[in-house]
Order: sequence, then structure tokens, then C-alpha cells
Amino acid sequence: MPIDTLSLFLAAILFTIGVLGVVIRRNAIILFMCIELMLNAANLAFIALSRSVGIDGQVFVFFVMTVAAAEAAVGLAIVISIFRHSETVDIKNFNLLRW
Amino acid sequence: MTEQILWWIFASLAVGGAIGMVTRQNPIASLLFLVLSFFSVAAIYVLLGAHFIGAVQVIVYAGAIMVLFLFVVMLLNLGHDYRPDLRGGAWLLAAFVSAGVVGYFLTRAFTEEGAVVQRGGVELIERSAERLNAVGVIAEPLFRTYVVPFELTSILLLVAVIGAVLLAKRRV
Repeated sequence: MPIDTLSLFLAAILFTIGVLGVVIRRNAIILFMCIELMLNAANLAFIALSRSVGIDGQVFVFFVMTVAAAEAAVGLAIVISIFRHSETVDIKNFNLLRW
Repeated sequence: MTEQILWWIFASLAVGGAIGMVTRQNPIASLLFLVLSFFSVAAIYVLLGAHFIGAVQVIVYAGAIMVLFLFVVMLLNLGHDYRPDLRGGAWLLAAFVSAGVVGYFLTRAFTEEGAVVQRGGVELIERSAERLNAVGVIAEPLFRTYVVPFELTSILLLVAVIGAVLLAKRRV
């Protein structure tokens, strides 16, 4: 099997592990790390598909990386501010909007 | 053949790092496993012929973003936080069901007959790499076709910087 097809499978596996992590962990920082992993899996799929479609996939990876950097900066600022509010990053303590 | 062997090595490192990240209790161990996973994915980018993206992955993802995470773990003093934070019961069931559904549909989408359009991307990239070089191949479409999204990204980064400072400030 060529490595670009295999890389698409790898992207699916990494994304699935990221989804699993987001649902089973409660530490807010680890949730953000799982989201980064999912973005990374999307990037891998873009790169693998750029081998059959053209260079555009690699340009999209640039934009995804920028969005990931912005998301990490804002997300970690939110984590710092909720830690300041209640001295923990465990998301079971943040259930005000839960029904 | 060498390519295939290297691919399998780095793919198993990437999956192992991802699983390690989800299962470790200590946030620092989790973070270092994620860095391992990112480095292996960078190596896979290089194997797929995206050399510049591989370098950017190491610098931006494994370097800058992960240092940002490490700083936050250090700042909040979470390094010795060993309390279990795994969910149990119905959450675990929901996690495996949703992961299974996501994995199934992703694999379906990628392997379905005719899902991947073959337009000879490798040849296209190699032909423009002869005229430009490894960086110019990406720079040309970035500054011609995608120049508006590129400029919008700068606004996004500006908003993110202002938002991060505003949210993390002690007194707003």
C-alpha cells in the first residue's frame, strides 16, 4: 500500500484517539492537548491528499497551524483565568451551563 | 522500501505517543508524549515530500505551542497533580461509541472508491519545485491564490493576542 493511503489511515487513527481523549479526560489542559492532536491529524490528511491533488493541501496546513496557535493562546488564557477563579482545572467543577 | 520501513516506525511512534498522552495522569508526561507524537508526524511529512511543512511542524507545533502548554502547566503548578481524572461508567461507553463512529466514518471517507481524486499532485509539485524551490512551491499559491485568507490570518492572530492578554490579566 502506498504511504499516502497509509497516512490517511494514520490521520483517522490519530483523530480518533483525540476524540477519545476529549471525552474521557477531565483535566482542561489535557483536553486542549487532545484538540491539538486532532488538528494535527487533519494536517496529516491534508499533506497526504496533497500528493494526489496538488500543492493547495500544503497551503491549507499553514492556515490550520495559524488557527491552532491562536486557539492555544486564547484557550490557555481561559484556563489560567478559570484556575484563578477556583484553584483547579478539573472541568467537573465548571457545570454552571449544564442541564 | 526504506521509505515504507521508516513510515511504519514513525507511524507507530506517533500512535504510541498519542495513546500515551491520553492515558498518563501527570500533565507533564502527557505533554512530552504529545511532543513525541508531533515529532513523528513531522518525520512523516518529510517522508511524504512536504519538507518545509515538516520543518514548520517542528518549530511551531513541537517548539512554540508545546512550550506554551508547558509554561501554563508550570505556572499553575500542576506538575505533581496525580489525582485520577478519567471519567467512568456511561462516559467511557460514550467515549468508545463516539470514537468508533468517528473512526469508522473517517476510514470510510478516505477509502471509498473514487473519494480521492487522482490529479498527479506529486508531478505538479515536482514541476513547480524545479522552477521555484521547496519554499517557493508553497509561497507562490500562498501569495497569489490565497492572499486574502493570508491577510485575514494576520487579523486573527492580532485578535488572539489581544484576547489572550485580556483574559489572562489579573484585573479587567
